[in-house]
Amino acid sequence: MSDLLRNIIRFAVFISIQVYVLNKVPHLHRFITPYLYFLFILWLPFSVSRQWLLVIGFFTGLALDYFTMTPGLHAAACLLIAYVRPFIINILTPKDSTEFNYREPSPKAMQWTPYLVYVFILTFLHHGYMVFLQWLSFGSFLDFIVKVIATTGISMLLIVTVELLFPRKLKFRTNTA
Amino acid sequence: MRNVFLFIRRYKTFFTFLLLQVVSLWFLYNYNKFHRAKFLGVANEMTGRINTQYNKVEDYFVLREENRRVHRMNDSLLNLLPQNFVRADTSVQLVQDSVLFDTSGNFRRYYFRPAGVVYNTVNSQKNYIQLNRGLNHGIKDNMAVLSSDGSAVGVVVGVSPNFCQVMSLLHVQQKVNVSLKKSGDFGTIEWDGKDPRLLTLRGIPKSIEIKTGDTVLTSTYSFNFPPGKLVGTIAEVVTDKSTNFYVLRVKPGARFYNLQQVFVVENLQYTEQTALNLESRKRIEDPKKNPK
Repeated sequence: MSDLLRNIIRFAVFISIQVYVLNKVPHLHRFITPYLYFLFILWLPFSVSRQWLLVIGFFTGLALDYFTMTPGLHAAACLLIAYVRPFIINILTPKDSTEFNYREPSPKAMQWTPYLVYVFILTFLHHGYMVFLQWLSFGSFLDFIVKVIATTGISMLLIVTVELLFPRKLKFRTNTA
Repeated sequence: MRNVFLFIRRYKTFFTFLLLQVVSLWFLYNYNKFHRAKFLGVANEMTGRINTQYNKVEDYFVLREENRRVHRMNDSLLNLLPQNFVRADTSVQLVQDSVLFDTSGNFRRYYFRPAGVVYNTVNSQKNYIQLNRGLNHGIKDNMAVLSSDGSAVGVVVGVSPNFCQVMSLLHVQQKVNVSLKKSGDFGTIEWDGKDPRLLTLRGIPKSIEIKTGDTVLTSTYSFNFPPGKLVGTIAEVVTDKSTNFYVLRVKPGARFYNLQQVFVVENLQYTEQTALNLESRKRIEDPKKNPK
């Protein structure tokens, strides 16, 4: 399966899971909204150029926005993590030739600890910025802090679960392939 | 000049980021003015189609509850039939008029249209409901939405040809004029964004005695909601010593978790009422047009 097709399918799956499963779970607590869809951006291949990352991030967010009737909210947050993503990857991956042996970020490609740090930073940025934008129009400061922490925790839990349940079979990329 | 172009090219990713960020924030803050007119129509049609497909499956899970609601509604209507009543005096015969109400001099004020819910959430602080009726079916902005057993659900805020978006009562910007059934006092119902099982009622003076379980109805002052429809029952009286008004927690009558069929209610005099309201306010409050 080509990278393009794989990512198009992923996009559809992530958006529909977010819209029809996670947004619809019975109310748990006012601070907890489970978010998973932005994992799509974290899973994009290394080879995507930074310009394209921004465009893809923007439209991923916008697609979700039109389901939740909040145009611009998720788009802004996704755009931020799409912009920051290459910097984090640069810091966390070793600088030698093994860097791009795998197609996309995964625990296997980056080792568990760097991968979790990568996921944590981007999740925190995404939720921090999104809740910040919501907080500007409504809510108190304490709500803002607690909500960022709670949603980040839930998202990390979901992402680790997904990584353990669906380990991606990534081919080791060689020159002959 | 050349240096400027070089500078832009050097930082083109950053500029793309800034540009798209500005676009998304502009979307966010101009939502009401721009989106409802332009993008939302198209986007609403697309999300509506997808939601309809999903809803075909989801509907089966709430059928039991929905059936019960409809049955309860039928029951309340059946009890109103004139055949249920007899006169004590046998010499008087009850003749039913073929016209259900006196049409001479009466105007229809509210018109009910049925609609189905295709998407609904309760988890966000701004919850919207999507219905499968739109402009083609006569739905317009600001129409009220009642659940299938007649309790208040929300107000239509966006319409596309085949679908419409409803601002649910579980939306932090929603404000509905309501009154107490017992005393008829008016207040405003809103939601604090915390618990979808409880709405907040403000504006009822403390001089009135309130008990938990008192019924809250839509008021006669509301432009979009028909009067006397159930909003909820009072679940808790919060004592706030700083004001002379109660803060009341209200358990909503509509079950927002499993809405399936709803009524969209049109106030046929809505345009006239709001136009008069706006015009008179402008005339009185604008000093230039008011020479005295």
